[in-house]
Amino acid sequence: MSAVEQDVKTIPPAGRATGRTLRPRRLARFVPGWRGTLSVVAFFVLWDLLVRWELGGFAHISSPLAVATAFVEGYLTSADYWMSWWASFQRVLYGFVAAQLLGIPLGLLLGTRPLLNGLFYPVIELLRPIPPLAWVPLSILFWPTTELSIIFITFIGAFFIIVINVHDSVRSIKKEHLWLAQSMGASPLLIFRRIIIPSVIPSIAVGMTLGIAVTWNVVIAAEMIASDSGLGRLTWEGYVSSTGPVVIIGMISIGLAGYLSTLVVDIVEKKMMPWRKGH
Amino acid sequence: MNAGLAQRNPEASSTRGVMAERPDVGKLSVRNVGKIYDPEGAAVVAVEDCDVEVEAGDFVAIVGPSGCGKSTLMNAIAGFDTITSGEIMLDGVPLASPQLAPRPGPDRVVVFQHGALFPWKTVLENVTYGPMVQGKLSADEARIKAMGLLGECGGLDRVADTYPPQLSSGMQRRVEIVRALMNDPSILLLDEPFRAMDTVSKTTMHRHLLQMYRLCRRTIIFITHDLEEAVFLADKVMIMTSRPGTMKKSLDITLPRPRATDMLTSEEFRELKLQLSATVHEEAKKAFVRGEREQA
Repeated sequence: MSAVEQDVKTIPPAGRATGRTLRPRRLARFVPGWRGTLSVVAFFVLWDLLVRWELGGFAHISSPLAVATAFVEGYLTSADYWMSWWASFQRVLYGFVAAQLLGIPLGLLLGTRPLLNGLFYPVIELLRPIPPLAWVPLSILFWPTTELSIIFITFIGAFFIIVINVHDSVRSIKKEHLWLAQSMGASPLLIFRRIIIPSVIPSIAVGMTLGIAVTWNVVIAAEMIASDSGLGRLTWEGYVSSTGPVVIIGMISIGLAGYLSTLVVDIVEKKMMPWRKGH
Repeated sequence: MNAGLAQRNPEASSTRGVMAERPDVGKLSVRNVGKIYDPEGAAVVAVEDCDVEVEAGDFVAIVGPSGCGKSTLMNAIAGFDTITSGEIMLDGVPLASPQLAPRPGPDRVVVFQHGALFPWKTVLENVTYGPMVQGKLSADEARIKAMGLLGECGGLDRVADTYPPQLSSGMQRRVEIVRALMNDPSILLLDEPFRAMDTVSKTTMHRHLLQMYRLCRRTIIFITHDLEEAVFLADKVMIMTSRPGTMKKSLDITLPRPRATDMLTSEEFRELKLQLSATVHEEAKKAFVRGEREQA
């Protein structure tokens, strides 16, 4: 009896099963201790001092206080400012979602069908190294509106990442899992739904995390080049009109927007993988 | 120990009924089986003229050095891979031959060396997967049977709702054995299931495996390279040699059942182990000489 008890006690407490847990969660990083607080305060003080002393290029940079004042007075309650958020978010959302909707099935298809893989994967490999921003001119020529061309570029940013992640993950599914499912009498369709799909979900999650980051990168640059709205445009206009605080308001907004998107993606990923909830 | 478990878990007592005794199934014949891998013309003989006869309900261990074709043979029996000569029969029905396409089935389920529980399913979902997919049991029936078997296998019913990565490797492997048994197989194929375990966990696993064997009495093919483990568990140990992989000798293990850990120190056990290890070394030496000749 004692041996049985002992054996059951060897269940590790949830969350300590693997080394994965050693990685701090994204949220935890946002709750700093005294060292974190100190370093953030020091950062702002240093920024302010460098601007006051007009050290080198800092002569052209706004001080933190100027930025905060400009934000509260001109932006916090401005509809235009929040429309910029909305414009950028919309582009990221459309591009990102379209990339997942097309990329995940394509990755699954190419990963499971050797014939299709042979026919189409080389094209993917050929296009993949082209950075999304290199698509800007072609995209503007091709699509009837600027809006569509920016969404398309955003889509490109996330598309290849998800296709390749899913594709590679399908091809590295443990053959033992497939064999066992066959042994237990699962049909090919059932194996696809119950073995292949859950096996690739962790890779879909990785593809989404990487994809959302690239998507924000791309949308900001594309807006600076080609658009008349969005957070990228706001930042660029701040530069063009020589209003220093706006440049920094834009940067901070973009950082925040990217962070919020990552949080949402994280929540979606956790929902997709209930079996990892202990970690 | 059993009384305690049964009390805590009233469903466990029904296990004997659910896991019906089938003393007449599980007779395996492997006749002259050969397997030549031929990628790009370089014919590699993995297994040659391999003969194994296993009576229904016997526990047979196959020992041999790594790379001797044990897993090739196992995959052929399980229906994961083809053979290039010979024939494998289960209860008189051909399972594999050069003419037959490999066909896996719930009558012979494998427990793999590295473990292959589905990490996205709970223990209970893993274990009930087979009978549910085959439509043999309803969800409720499958759950009751599963909880019974899990309970018998060292109180695993208590972790039924846990996901496998949160369990120790020993528990994972036991869940896998239960998952295989849930399919009511004629034959259970264990491919070095305890290979990566330390001695203490291994001993625990042996006790649980023997308990499951006593409970359901199915034919077991157990691949290992641990001679002590082979002698302790099996009714018969077969020795496989490399170059090419074939079955040369076998040794009947006359130790009585149920086997208990104190037998490990008995004179009879030591005698059998010595005998086995002598045979294995002799065969290994012959294989080495054959290898040298091949090279010359």
